Amino acid sequence: MSAPLIEMRGITKSFGAVKANEAVDLSVAPGEILGLLGENGAGKTTLMNVLFGAYAPDAGDILVEGRPVAIHNSADALAAGIGMVHQHFHLAPRLTVLENLLIGIPGKSGRIDRAGGLARLQEIGRQHGLSLEPNLPVSALSVGEQQRLEIIKALFRGAKLLILDEPTAVLAPSEVDGLFAALRSMAAQGLGIIFISHKLNEVRALTHRCVVLRHGKVAGRVDHPASTTSAEMAKLMCGHEIVPPTREASTPGAAVLTLDGISTSGHAGTPLRDVSLFVRAGEILGIAGVSGNGQRALADVISGMLPPKAGTMTIAGKTVAQFSPRELQALGLGRIPEDRMTTGLVTNLPLADSMVLPRIGTEAFSRKGLLNPAAIRAFAEEQIKAYDIRCPGPMVRAGALSGGNLQKALLARELAFDPKVLIVSQPTRGLDIGAARFIHEKFLAMRARGRGIIVIGEDLEELLMLCDRIAVMYEGRIAGTLSSADATVARLGLMMTGAGHTEEAA
Amino acid sequence: MFRLEARSTTPAWFNLALPLIAIAATLILCSGLIAVAGAGVIEAYGVMLSASLGDSYAITETLVRAAPMIFTGLAVAVAFRAKFWNIGAEGQLLAGAVASCFVGAIPMPGYLAMLLMALVGAAAGALVALVPATLRVKFKVDDVVSSLLLNSVIYYALMALIEGPWKDTFSGYPISPPIEDSANFPVLIEGTRMHLGVVVALIAAPLCWFLIARTTLGFRIRVTGENPEAARYGGINVQRVLISTALLSGALAGLAGVGEVGGVHFQVMSDISPGYGYSGIVVAMLARLNPLGVVPAAIFLAAVMTGAEAMSRATGVPAFLSDVIQGTALLAMLVALLFTAYRIRRVGAQT
Repeated sequence: MSAPLIEMRGITKSFGAVKANEAVDLSVAPGEILGLLGENGAGKTTLMNVLFGAYAPDAGDILVEGRPVAIHNSADALAAGIGMVHQHFHLAPRLTVLENLLIGIPGKSGRIDRAGGLARLQEIGRQHGLSLEPNLPVSALSVGEQQRLEIIKALFRGAKLLILDEPTAVLAPSEVDGLFAALRSMAAQGLGIIFISHKLNEVRALTHRCVVLRHGKVAGRVDHPASTTSAEMAKLMCGHEIVPPTREASTPGAAVLTLDGISTSGHAGTPLRDVSLFVRAGEILGIAGVSGNGQRALADVISGMLPPKAGTMTIAGKTVAQFSPRELQALGLGRIPEDRMTTGLVTNLPLADSMVLPRIGTEAFSRKGLLNPAAIRAFAEEQIKAYDIRCPGPMVRAGALSGGNLQKALLARELAFDPKVLIVSQPTRGLDIGAARFIHEKFLAMRARGRGIIVIGEDLEELLMLCDRIAVMYEGRIAGTLSSADATVARLGLMMTGAGHTEEAA
Repeated sequence: MFRLEARSTTPAWFNLALPLIAIAATLILCSGLIAVAGAGVIEAYGVMLSASLGDSYAITETLVRAAPMIFTGLAVAVAFRAKFWNIGAEGQLLAGAVASCFVGAIPMPGYLAMLLMALVGAAAGALVALVPATLRVKFKVDDVVSSLLLNSVIYYALMALIEGPWKDTFSGYPISPPIEDSANFPVLIEGTRMHLGVVVALIAAPLCWFLIARTTLGFRIRVTGENPEAARYGGINVQRVLISTALLSGALAGLAGVGEVGGVHFQVMSDISPGYGYSGIVVAMLARLNPLGVVPAAIFLAAVMTGAEAMSRATGVPAFLSDVIQGTALLAMLVALLFTAYRIRRVGAQT
């Protein structure tokens, strides 16, 4: 075989005392899709940031097509033929698809070369089946389309190696298939691809070879992912066996939360139209749907961020009057937001502050307007221990924690007050297997204690594993509800596209 | 070649080291100007130091000058914590001065007059700060612009007052009538200008620290400033917090004006504040928005101001150097703050 497209040799990178990468070797051949696996904090992102020039390695070399190169910034990386699609897109929303592609591309004698750009865009479209309407503003694109634009952007700049950092985390299942087809076609034409993911079934389906990182080191290499079981790979990632939790059969009690004829307006995104649903004690209700079909509005109404235009909501039999976070909390609602970093936590303040934030005015943490720092600290320390939140202590900046630990902290701050019913969106998005398992177990334990849970999610396999019933949202309405016995990925998928209504028998 | 790299943690000693480094850099940069003006750098700084902190009288003079900047520094620090961008401490100070001067001119027992001056002056400052805060909360008007422009409105309103209806009939200058003698703040050290207001300012700093660090309002201010979205999700009424912060900030700036009327000038004139409100921004930034840090930061700027005058007399370097030092200190501090989030790394090979 010819020289690998990219080779990283002995890459070591430390942050203070923490070795984020230690003597990591990795190579990608032309036409190869390499899976990069590892739990949160295993060093995947650091390694890719070294390759893309965001960090300078303490030791180690990077070779492109056999020649050593020095990569100091993203421009160097692009010049070396390395393109990266980050989890968070770097696009200018008000500019069009074509304009975004042309940002930073030198034009002809000071003028932007639109015609040339258009031709190149169409060529890439033909070559890899990645087409986009060139004159549409980015703000009008779906998340999947924005991701496609990021990929096109990398190819536009002549990338020979494409790094994708958890590309499927933001996609609906149908979009994932499209992405995989495009990636396979690119690989078939000689591009190298590094695919970072937590989702083992995706890695097994897509990649040719895998490198597994654990604690910054290469924990193992998988040469035939398709014929390796998920359990084997999970063991490499975590260092121990992972046993999926089981949902015991149970009989739900009375309804703990009901929505009756809820409609909304004045909200970014799809409004709710006459939504009625309920969740009972000892029951987990899933809300499935393609992203953007009203899930955001539903979560906002239930968690008190958006008072509805019409309809009523009850918690434990009491009618909600004001739809304010404080009122809902007082009625016994626990809330975990979809976006941990922007809605859940205050990243620049100590973790303890975020953990007591929703209940700072209660007797537990303050009296007559004076904080009780000892109680706040003790609470945070207790929860850090109980939920095994990995951090230096309660006074560490919340933003320094990994996603899994942040999610545990948010879970802890709600569950410590034993809510009667919990609303949670995308509970394990971006989390590794170990952390996701932990969250699932906590939900099932709540269910066993007779609490109700509403899980809004896009990961159908997760919903099928957790939920007693799954309601599907389509264009702001509940398109139908299936019991766990009737629900399959295929049936849910069909309902998510708006085809076939199924009403649950009461 | 050097590059900036994001840092995951900020060492605790940075809080103290950064302002000191910024001040050192400022003095080094400004030494060039002193040399250009034809004076010896060491000599000039030496005069500044001895004239501002060299003996007990100099120290009291520096403290008297620091007092209004402690108040405006606290006003800015508290506001910036909530990301309410109050650039209007100058106008709030002037409003506090005018209001307290009105009250102080009414005959009544001295202690009552002083108390009322403080209350009315604080209220006037708070009222002025309420304008940009309300505009922001209700109409999303940029608070930087509105609070800054309001300074000019207040300043010219004050000028109109002291040149017109409120002009002291016994004076040829555009100044207001003086407050009652009984309302003059007591001098604490015989033979100096060290007045009661200075002590109040020194006490206000730890009180503000307590408010920010140990009360639920302070908690809400901090959280609202760092992440209003998470604050709202957590049940905090973000708009109410912004209004409360503005009232508090304006009241503190108003007290700066009260101290100048009751303890230093005993009346209102056009130059009652040589930009103490704007200096408050420098003070708050040097203090890294920590109310306890406001005191040393204000004393530093006050020492520069008193020292610059003496230096000017002794060496001929214009006293305007103190303004240059202030501005440079702010810029140096802003640059220094970069290093709380980033580190410099040497990159070996050339590209």
